[in-house]
Amino acid sequence: MSALAIPVHTPWWRSRGVRRFARHRLAIIGLVMITLLTFACIVGPYLLPYDSLYIDLRARFAPPLTGYHFLGTDPLGRDVAARLLEAGRISLLVGFFAMLLSTMIGTLIGVVAGYYRGAVGAGLMRVVDAFLSFPSIFLLLALAALLQPTPIMITIIIALTSWMEVARIVEAEVRSLRERDFVQASRMMGLSSAHIMFREILPNAIGPIIVAATLTVARAILLEAYVSFLGYGIQPPLPSWGNMLNGAQQYLSTAPWLAIIPGITITIAVTSFNFIGDGLRDALDVRSDHM
Amino acid sequence: MANHDPIAAPVSALTVRNLTIDLPKGMERKHAVSDISFDLKTGQILCIIGESGSGKSVTANAVMGLLPSAISISGGSIRCGDVDLTDASPEVLRDLRGRVVSMIFQDPLSALNPLMTVGDQIDEVMFAHGEGTREDRRARSLALLTEVGLPDPELMYHQYPFRLSGGQRQRVMIAMALALEPAILIADEPTTALDVTTQAQILDLIRDIQRRKGMSVMFITHDFGVVAEIADSVIVMEQGVIVEQGSAEQVLRNAQHPYTKRLIAAVPHLSDNDRTHDEVAGSAPVIEVDDLRKEYRSGSIFFGKERVVKAVQGASFALQPGRTLGIVGESGSGKSSLGRLLVKLMDSDGGRILFDGQDIAPMKEAQFRSIRPKIQMIFQDPFASLNPRSTIGRILTAGPVAHGMAPAKASQQARALLEHVGLDGGAFDRYPHEFSGGQRQRIGIARALMFKPKLLVADEAVSALDVSIQAQILELLNDIQRETGVAMIFITHDLRVASQICDEILVMQRGVIVEHGPPSQIFRNPQSDYTRELVAAIPGERIAA
Repeated sequence: MSALAIPVHTPWWRSRGVRRFARHRLAIIGLVMITLLTFACIVGPYLLPYDSLYIDLRARFAPPLTGYHFLGTDPLGRDVAARLLEAGRISLLVGFFAMLLSTMIGTLIGVVAGYYRGAVGAGLMRVVDAFLSFPSIFLLLALAALLQPTPIMITIIIALTSWMEVARIVEAEVRSLRERDFVQASRMMGLSSAHIMFREILPNAIGPIIVAATLTVARAILLEAYVSFLGYGIQPPLPSWGNMLNGAQQYLSTAPWLAIIPGITITIAVTSFNFIGDGLRDALDVRSDHM
Repeated sequence: MANHDPIAAPVSALTVRNLTIDLPKGMERKHAVSDISFDLKTGQILCIIGESGSGKSVTANAVMGLLPSAISISGGSIRCGDVDLTDASPEVLRDLRGRVVSMIFQDPLSALNPLMTVGDQIDEVMFAHGEGTREDRRARSLALLTEVGLPDPELMYHQYPFRLSGGQRQRVMIAMALALEPAILIADEPTTALDVTTQAQILDLIRDIQRRKGMSVMFITHDFGVVAEIADSVIVMEQGVIVEQGSAEQVLRNAQHPYTKRLIAAVPHLSDNDRTHDEVAGSAPVIEVDDLRKEYRSGSIFFGKERVVKAVQGASFALQPGRTLGIVGESGSGKSSLGRLLVKLMDSDGGRILFDGQDIAPMKEAQFRSIRPKIQMIFQDPFASLNPRSTIGRILTAGPVAHGMAPAKASQQARALLEHVGLDGGAFDRYPHEFSGGQRQRIGIARALMFKPKLLVADEAVSALDVSIQAQILELLNDIQRETGVAMIFITHDLRVASQICDEILVMQRGVIVEHGPPSQIFRNPQSDYTRELVAAIPGERIAA
């Protein structure tokens, strides 16, 4: 029998999904902003003339663009630019790892609940409901007040209060995927449940998971800032965007840049991640292709 | 072709000249249809036939002005009376739609609004065009429901679409399309989603209404059997080009173009002869099914009444190696349920399934796992049955590797099998979306063969494919059976297909096996009324003669 022609392979960067994402202007702006911010946080502290912990009491409350203090100085005369980037490292890392952890927990619970349904699924989803019924801010504050607020602990606490959304999304996705023929075919071949769940079904649910994960980063950064602002999060002298805001409270009228600069940075980071999330959602939704 | 065509007599209801419709960039070809010209004569049924991707539906949508925004008309004209539909304003088009040109669709369930009663939907068509008073419209709706042959129109008027069967829904669609007495009716594969007996009724209805009203009908189909039943004239399309047109008689009896000949040849016909076998009959059966039962329960015992549907009632049969058993029936007959029971994707409620002398019916999954490789299934929808995120290689090897085959050996075997089913070995690293429907079905077959099974259950394995591809896949299955001696259970709703590949046929109706015998008996000398009805409904047996 003669071999049939196989269509030409299109590389992923020319695929429709990538094109749909590229059409989403806000998502591209978000992606550029996050890339710049991350790059600045990684490289910036080495390039700036001042260390973030260097105290210069003669130069207290210097407004932005004083000498080499591009963003001014704080009440102890520390360079705001250096602290902002140093804080960015911590805030972004906390956001990223909190997302990673919460996505993993949420995915695991969602896949198992969606695949087994019945008693197992119902049980797991009621746990999700129980977690959702706590006001997560108070849970977060209570836990942060009880435990040692190191960055790692804050990351874990944020993850524990934000995995439920991912779990719900994944559970719904898996429930519909498990009825598809290719899953039936896997069962017919005698593949184990674990194999079907994680190697056959999960890759097909990756789209919504990525979208949820991106939005979770934004949420986690915001939560960290919130808790640190209230003084229960990252403890000074370690800087974070949230505790920079906290320190700026009493100088709001005399040195407004101390609050405005980290505030703007948080806003940029959070909206950028949200834009990327929206862009990914459109890119992964085949129906938006009008074909 | 010149602007003045001598054939274009004044009797044309619709004149299409040099119509070219562009596809968006990056598609497999530049034009959806290129430079096509044809006439729809008043009071005739014109069939446009072609395989998927031939541009036949795009042509119909262009006439209705319903092209998706990504596709645009780049040349030519569609004249309906004095109006050129290609450059008419949206208001003019909207007025023409329904009043002059009307359309019925393939899937009546998704074309009807699920939240409106049947009567309201027919009423709405007339209301939108400002026809009549409320009472007039109601009377007219009832008349239409009667006209399309729906029982008890008064009751029908207040029903929601989900309460109706597929055939009834299609009748409602036709009633809606007829509401404003259009001169032209476009029917886009209106019977493809229906059972054979329903299909025959709907074809009769369309023919009948067309004659009574002197309407012109543009009928789009992929089935030459349907063409033979209904067409006055035929247009054959391939890859966006008209390759042949003429009267139905002329095209069916004396096709000129090789593509038309190939399509006609590919139409499955009832074969008169039973299959012959080299092997000696009488070897021990691979599978013996005894009084197998399955019930579906819905509703709950706490809230309201529980509904019990008997999907399979007391099925019994046996199958020898190297032979094929066909299970035919309409949708809801329980044939697919029976198939899923045999591969144990579903547990039975009673009865025995003896496979190689072992009763597999009561086995638990863990116990059955070692037997699974010997019973494999080919699924209906080649688009849904392959994991879109796995390479073909992984799809084929995952099963055997999980059952302990060395990965290197599995991939070697997978490559060999891919060549065997007619794909080159390069398919191994590709993803399913890169293949056509027929190619995917070949991959599905290769997957089932990876285990060297003793029993192959093919559930509507060719139903989703174009006729010419269908013929190739049937050929492939036939070859495989001859080479490997695998026993096959072939589940289908298409009796013509069943007659070609099966040694024996079971006819199922509402979960019960109503007849069991060789194809010659089933098709030439049916014993039960239901079988007789099914056989009589097969479209296009005229051209077989």
